[in-house]
Amino acid sequence: MNPDGKANERPGTHVGQPVLRLEDDRLLRGRARFADDVDLRGQLHMRIVRSPVAHGEIRSVDASAAEALPGVALVLRGKDVEELGTVPLEQIGYHEIFPDLEAFGHPLLAVDRVLYVGQPVAAVLAEDPYVAEDAADLVFVDYEPLPVVLDPVEALAPGAPELHPGKGNEGARFERRYGDIDAAFAAAAHRVSLELRMGRHTGMPMETRNIVVDYDRSRDHLSVWGVVHVHDTRRLMAAMLGMPLSSISTRPTDLGGNFGVRGGIFPEYVLAAFAARRIDRPVKWVEDRAEHLVATSHAREQVHRIEGAFDADGRLLGLRDEIWHNKGAFFRQAAPLITDITVGMVCGPYRVPAYDGRIHAVLTNKTPSGAYRAPGRYEATFARERLLDSAAAELGIDPVEIRRRNLLTEDDLPWEPGFEIVFEPVSYNSGDVLAHFEKALPAADLEGMRAEATELRAAGRVVGVGIGVLMDKAGLGLYETAAIEVDPTGRIRVMTGGSSVGQGIETVLAQIVADELTVDPGQIDVIHGDTDLIPDGVGSWSSRSTVIAGGAAINAARRTREKAFRIAAGLLEVAEGDLDLQGGSVVVRGVPDRRLTLAEIAAAWDGWTARLAGDEPGLGGRDVYLEEHMNYPYGVTVVQLEIDRRTGGATLRRFFTSCEAGRAINPLTTAGQVIGAAAQGIGGALFEELAYDEDGQPLATSFIDYLLPTATEVPPIELLVCEDAPTPDNPLRAKGIGEVGLIAVGAAIAAAVDDAVGVPGLVAKLPLSPADLLALVEPVRA
Amino acid sequence: MRAQATDSVTVAMTVNGVSCSRTVSARTTLADFLREELELTGTKLGCEHGVCGACTVLIDGASARSCLTLAAQADGREVTTVEGLSEGRELNRLQASFRDHYGLQCGFCTAGFLVTATELLASGEAVDEARVREVLGGNLCRCTGYETIVAAVLDAADAGQGVRR
Ligand code: FES
Ligand code: FES
Repeated sequence: MNPDGKANERPGTHVGQPVLRLEDDRLLRGRARFADDVDLRGQLHMRIVRSPVAHGEIRSVDASAAEALPGVALVLRGKDVEELGTVPLEQIGYHEIFPDLEAFGHPLLAVDRVLYVGQPVAAVLAEDPYVAEDAADLVFVDYEPLPVVLDPVEALAPGAPELHPGKGNEGARFERRYGDIDAAFAAAAHRVSLELRMGRHTGMPMETRNIVVDYDRSRDHLSVWGVVHVHDTRRLMAAMLGMPLSSISTRPTDLGGNFGVRGGIFPEYVLAAFAARRIDRPVKWVEDRAEHLVATSHAREQVHRIEGAFDADGRLLGLRDEIWHNKGAFFRQAAPLITDITVGMVCGPYRVPAYDGRIHAVLTNKTPSGAYRAPGRYEATFARERLLDSAAAELGIDPVEIRRRNLLTEDDLPWEPGFEIVFEPVSYNSGDVLAHFEKALPAADLEGMRAEATELRAAGRVVGVGIGVLMDKAGLGLYETAAIEVDPTGRIRVMTGGSSVGQGIETVLAQIVADELTVDPGQIDVIHGDTDLIPDGVGSWSSRSTVIAGGAAINAARRTREKAFRIAAGLLEVAEGDLDLQGGSVVVRGVPDRRLTLAEIAAAWDGWTARLAGDEPGLGGRDVYLEEHMNYPYGVTVVQLEIDRRTGGATLRRFFTSCEAGRAINPLTTAGQVIGAAAQGIGGALFEELAYDEDGQPLATSFIDYLLPTATEVPPIELLVCEDAPTPDNPLRAKGIGEVGLIAVGAAIAAAVDDAVGVPGLVAKLPLSPADLLALVEPVRA
Repeated sequence: MRAQATDSVTVAMTVNGVSCSRTVSARTTLADFLREELELTGTKLGCEHGVCGACTVLIDGASARSCLTLAAQADGREVTTVEGLSEGRELNRLQASFRDHYGLQCGFCTAGFLVTATELLASGEAVDEARVREVLGGNLCRCTGYETIVAAVLDAADAGQGVRR
């Protein structure tokens, strides 16, 4: 990508342009304020004592030495916070299906049992972070180890150690079915079945979790910096602490990445708030990376037993998939959402006439897992695309051809197979995946990549090409809010219920509002994360912000515009219908010098004037945007990969990815989202693994063991963003593209390894370490 | 035996052209010294293990991981942090190039990349994409996929400037 990097020259049309990011100036100067940059007078530093065993009974907790250390203000044990209960699970609708759900909720501090390495057992608060760490080492906990279970299939076998006594290790199970699956398999000319394993890895934002809590005893009020989804977090924190919602306010900060994993409310957040209130001092907690690796949500780990029924031409007749989803020791806040999504996304962009999916959300003695960008899709796409590659080999047809025969086209619309994902019926209603596929392959130069790989293989090198096709679901979560205020100075404030997680939402919303109000995005300040200013909102997840927060911003801007017209009509003594909005001014049509700027209108409508007129003062508007439908972006990933015969190292020689975006609000933030996601997909396929030994000890406890791809491993990404299929149901016509870049990467890399080695269906698990790749290459060499 | 929390040392250094002196506990890292004592919070901590590069600063012009450096080790030296890069109200060439190329998303890694690239550009070495990727290979970014960062650095290198001492 080679952006010209220039600000948009055409005034009034900022949507669709590579507008420079509003966030960047403060970030580039080191002036942004992240939560760890917030220091409050008199603050205490919290340090968590964590379980060193994967499963055990707590015999005793002796904190006397810690309490005696100078500078230690408080030590909290499990019993001190037991009455607050476990972190409540989100009310999405799952409680009605699984009445026992709350039994799997995460306790704030372990009382008598620990279920994973890293589980919080005690919290130490001290004057200085170094002292807090020293004191945490002085809390002596006596554990009686219990047998551990780590594998999700084994955890459901009879006789497996039970994590939550009397509840079994299956926390939830979903079954999704349509069509006549038995008939499909009975009629099949070819049946292909595979067992596939997706490893455990996670979002790993560069900023670890953190929280700063201020306490005002005079009002029994907490101010909170550092949480991601402020509205949910505030609500659950208030419920756990027994405080009115209005007694907790969140304050905005910059956020160093989320990717899903920091979005929930965590025990540490509630502990910090509880402690601040208990000892009447501000409290700061900053997780270190070693803690992050065992205590922030993990993700992905799944086992798929997938089976396809195909006719003699390779057309899919039916799909079966039984899935074990390793949730770790407790359910995180949104569980079992990702489990539900996984089983709903197995069929992806294909015309599957009958489906029988079953998924188990399994409890094991590992760190709790949650959402990580493209949750369920990366895993399910790996399984399905592997199946198609194996089927193509069995039928003796090209992997491209089998996809061609099965991808959804415009003629299949609306594709409504008749089941729900997260209580929304699947309804894929715009676009043509096959047409996109046919456009993407030449753009990727698939034939060139293949010809080159063949040549290199002939020269003795291990090079292969793989493709993966994906469908995403985006825009989940009903509604978002927005409010706009025009200041008499001319600055325009947009307050969004969405959250900034580093994705450029300030810029995108400013572009949208700038167009609606015919002003420059540089005049606009976007505020998020402040519950005093924005009491109601949802947040940024599920690639929803552009569509839903953007939709709300449009609505609020239109209200602002209506109000401007109403006020200006009175001031200019003309009919509203004679007014137009141009260049940030309300203008009388045909009389260009009779105009009022939005700032002038805001200034004219002061409290006295407005009240006398029976109106609200100031210029602005607030609104919500409701979206009952998900949108379904899709795309293709093609990679050419080489394996080093001696080291097993993999090099991505070419990497192409495409997506259908409906409409890209900012081509550069869009490209940034897709490329950044692609890099994460590469990590999950080749580098990142949260491995455990057989006792449940995590083996990845620093960035030395948990390998993130660097600039030398992530290749230049060739990108095709199409705007061929605008989404019919939203005013921006956009699709959420925050996750598409990731989804098919594992599938494409696995296929490329098969191709390089010359054995279709060889890869049955991800990630593939150099040792794994050597083991795959070696027998073939011999 | 860990250093006693009570052992204190007085360290003096020049940071972004301003000389300063503080008495701190002996085990205070340079990162904590900059962030807590001098309130220069632009330097970030992503791992505290010397791996991610978010905490990179220049000490006498050479890049160093401030999470692994004690404040006392920078005694008498000249330190440059991200706050020292811009020219007053203007972004310098390298910073502007990051902005123009969308070389950042959340921005948490950005200070480290800017400082690492500053050292590279200051060396006057002729660079190509492979060399830029190699030098930046010691810094982790989880948002961008690196492509735009590499483009930003190459562009700034082309312009032959981007460095303030
Ligand atoms: S914080 Fe210093 S290298 Fe990561
Ligand atoms: S921009 Fe977020 S880690 Fe680099």
